This record gives sequence, C-alpha cells and structure tokens, in this order.
Amino acid sequence: MHPTDFTLRGALDALTEGTISSVELTQAHLDGIAKLNPRLNAYVTVTAEKALAAARASDERRAAGQVGALEGIPLAIKDLFCTAGTRTTAGSRILDSFVPPYESTVSQKLLDDGAVFLGKANLDEFAMGSSNTTSASGPVENPWSRANDPDTRLVPGGSSGGSAAAVAARLALGATATDTGGSIRQPAAFCGIAGIKPTYGRCSRFGIVAFASSLDQAGPVARTVEDCAILLKSMAGFDPKDSTSADLPVPDFARACERGVKGLRIGVPKEYRLDGMAPEIVALWEQGLQWLRDAGAETVEISLPHAKYALPTYYIVAPAEASSNLARYDGVRFGTRVTEPGSDLRDLYERTRAAGFGPEVRRRIMIGTYVLSAGYYDAYYLKAQKVRALIRRDFENAYAAVDAIVTPATPSAAFGMNEKQDDPVAMYLNDIFTVTANLAGLPGLAVPAGLDAQGLPLGLQVIGRAFDEETVFAVGRTLERAADFTALPRLRAGA
Amino acid sequence: MSLDTATIRRIASLARIRLDESEVQQAQAEINGILGWIEQLQEVDTEGVEPMAGGSPVAQARARLRPDVVNDGGQADAILANAPDRQGEYFGVPKVVE
Repeated sequence: MHPTDFTLRGALDALTEGTISSVELTQAHLDGIAKLNPRLNAYVTVTAEKALAAARASDERRAAGQVGALEGIPLAIKDLFCTAGTRTTAGSRILDSFVPPYESTVSQKLLDDGAVFLGKANLDEFAMGSSNTTSASGPVENPWSRANDPDTRLVPGGSSGGSAAAVAARLALGATATDTGGSIRQPAAFCGIAGIKPTYGRCSRFGIVAFASSLDQAGPVARTVEDCAILLKSMAGFDPKDSTSADLPVPDFARACERGVKGLRIGVPKEYRLDGMAPEIVALWEQGLQWLRDAGAETVEISLPHAKYALPTYYIVAPAEASSNLARYDGVRFGTRVTEPGSDLRDLYERTRAAGFGPEVRRRIMIGTYVLSAGYYDAYYLKAQKVRALIRRDFENAYAAVDAIVTPATPSAAFGMNEKQDDPVAMYLNDIFTVTANLAGLPGLAVPAGLDAQGLPLGLQVIGRAFDEETVFAVGRTLERAADFTALPRLRAGA
Repeated sequence: MSLDTATIRRIASLARIRLDESEVQQAQAEINGILGWIEQLQEVDTEGVEPMAGGSPVAQARARLRPDVVNDGGQADAILANAPDRQGEYFGVPKVVE
C-alpha cells in the first residue's frame, strides 16, 4: 500500500505499529505534492523542510513514548489560518508578503497534538467564493474529471478548494478548512471527501483571517467521517482569545461515529426539494434516507419555511461583516502598500485597496458598505438579522420533532473552471443547501455518497442541533458505510 | 431600487476603494443585480422579531466578561515586523497634518 493511501486513522495505527515513520509518511506526501501540485495548485506554500524537521521531531517523541493524538500526521493548513513564521496570504494580493508573528489557536492545537504541517492550502480570496477561482495564487483544479469529457478542468469548489483538492488527491491525510456559507461542505462534496463545519463557537476563530465573524467556523476535511472526527477533537475547545468560543467539554467524536442511528428521527425539509433539481441529486437524497431507514432510523418530513430566504439573508449579513473586518487592510500596518508620488493618506488607502483586493472581494466590501450605510441599515442589515432569527427559529421548531436533518450537500456536481463565472448570483446558488447551517450556527457534515452520470462525486449533508456533532457523526458514518464510496479521482499521489 | 453611478462612487469612496470610470459601470451592473435579488427579503413578515446579531445564542448566553487586566504587550518588533514603511517604533504614512 502506498503511504499516501492511508486514511488518517490507518496512518495512526501504522505509526503505532511501527510499520511506517512520520518521516516516511511526510516524504511520501511531499513527493506527491512535487509531482501533482504544479497542475492542481492546491498548495500556495509548501513548507517541505519544516515538515520534515517536524516529522523527525515527531518520530523522536514517539520513540521517547510521547504520543499525541495526531502524532506524526501530515496535514494541509488552509492559508486563512495564521501560522507563525510561515507566510499567510488569505489568497489575496493584499497579504502577499504577510508573515504572521503568531499562530492561530486551531493550528496550535494541531501542533500540540503532534501534527506535521506540509504547507498552506489555496483558497478563494478571503474565503469568498464557491469555485476557488478568485485566489491571487491562481485557481485550484479538482483532481476529479468527467468520464466522458476528461479534458475539461473542473473546480474543486470553494472557498476551501485547496484543502479539499489536496486531501482528495492524497497530498495530505487531512486539512483544516473554514466555512462561512458552505466553504467546507461544498468543496468536500465536489472532491468526494468528508468535511464538517462544527457548531458556531466549537472552534476558536483566533488567528483565522476574519471574513464574516458571526458565520465563520473552522473545521476539518478528510477522506473519512472518522478522520474528520479525530481532527475535530484536536481542533475544538474553549479559547479565552475568542469571546465567541464555547466553554463546553469536547466529546470523543470518533467514538460517536459508531453509535448507529437506530431510533433516531431524521428530518427531511420539504423546502429543499427545489424546482428543477437534478434528478440524480433527488435520487441520491432518497437513497440516503432509505439507507438510514434500513439502519433503524425514522425519516420525518419537516418544514423550514424561511430557508428560501437564507441566501439573500447571507448576502447582506456576510458582506456587511466583511466590509467591517476588511477595513483593517489599509496598507499601513501590514501587507501590500500602493502609492503614487504625492499620494496623501486617503489616496494611499484607495490605491492600496483597489490593487490589493480582487473583483469579488471589492464587490462584497461595496455591498457591505452600502447595506450598513446611513439610511439603508434598517432596510437591509436589520431586516436580514430579523430573517436570520426566523431561519434559526425554523430549525428550533424542527428539532422538537427530529434529531438531525439530511439534505443534499450541493445542487450539482463540480462544474468547469470557466462556467458560472459571469453571474455572481448563479455562483452564490452553490451554497443553497449549506448556508442555513451558518446562519443558524448549527453543525453540518458533508459525506460522499455517490457518483453522477459522468462519474463525479456527489455528497449528502447532515445538519445537527447546536453542539450535537456526535449525532451528526453517527448519521454521517451510517451514510458513509452504506454508500461504500470507493471511487478515486484520476489525479492522485501514488497512482 | 437601482443605484445610480453617483451612489456607486459614494460607496466606493466610503469603502476606500479607488474605481476608474469603466469599473464604476461594471460595479453598478453587478451590485444592482445582487441588490435586486436580495430585494425578496422585503416580502418576509418580521414584525416583532428580535434581530439575531451573533453567531450562536447558545454561546452568547454563556459569554462572560474577562478580568480587565493587562496581560500582553511589549511586542513592538513583532507588531512592526510586517509594516510596509517602518519608521523606528512607528508605522510611516504620508504627511497628514501640515
């Protein structure tokens, strides 16, 4: 077996048994990156020397009997997490040269548990996008391709497209990602892997470049549900540096995976049956519900009457928060500065931000500025906050009758790199099934569940109650076992 | 409602983003497209609904005040390490006051 084909759980077992070392595991992934990253562009920065030094240190710790929960496991870190001494770009020209002097809490927790960082994963600029085509470092290619059209390069989804592509192509055993409207679950579904956005507050946001602070959550992507559970256990937990992180114990998520679904009530929101939805998506959804019934769960139709307003609500709340968060990029304290001879301070700001931000980021900052501006705040921002409260109330009502909700993860399989680029609203519709969980602050897991007619992966989504990731993992693992998803992308290490 | 070019320029100015003339036209079309789509929220009855401001009422209910003490500081070099124009212990900017 090629070392890059291990699951994260399998690699931990092999390291424990001594059949492989962290250095061997890390080197195999670095070799895969050297071969495939020039095409996939999943990594913005590869820290090969640091990774090998960390792997050697890990092997020494293991030999000395000090074994962390992720001891020696090579991971990719989304380039939105600040990493001390390693450039962190957020996929933007404006942070092209930024080297953080501090480490994000989530990445520090992974380091504390013995993980090895291979490098920084590509993403949509400031995590704004669903295709990973807006990165200043160029687009990421999905390692999967259509069976009948293998030459059309597909997007990996976004914004965590580099994380998802790296894991799918076996260029990392797992990766950190973030999800503001679907940025973990949509790329996981497009790349045929698993990914969970935990409950808002489960992971600290400290040291993660902020996009929309009331929606952003960190989470893992990996090739199995159990691997996501292992990673989330290390990433989660209270952090005094993030006032919104929850001071709650972190359960043993991996153990919860094997709970089964017997007796669980699974909600099926009728509003998610969209007009014109692809028949393959409808069939996969029905198949998933049947798998859960076969495993002893009961499926119940529920209503989320305000779900159809989730995307427009999101496109007020998220740009509003982004326009405020991104005000800090002014060319003064860090990042790129653009001036002309004779520029005054205001001119410095305006030139720096015009040159430093790409079109999608500029668009969202301007929308956010508008909806927060005097005279329009009540009509847009306050209205959106009220509809958000109604969306959350819909879920609260639903969870009186069900334990978890199952939906498709995305309305389609991965699309071509040149498709959906001309109409922002068409691109935004990618997140139609995922965005409600961000607005309501709930955990959501994407699980690979099948292939479309062209051989591309399709995912299902499990949404849980706040801070009940355990049920989400149990349902997700049951779907994963029933789906027995063994298809592989054409581009992968060791192939 | 549709934004005119003067409003687009005003928003860009508030956002401190320089736009040239061709960009104003493009931004106008795109932003009006998005705002037109967002307009559907007006049909939702939100009478008496409390706005949801944070990400998680569960977490907010458990939020606490931390002790009001100095617990960090003395890191001028780290803070200035990424400055595009460092002037000693300060960030350099164009002259602001004559």
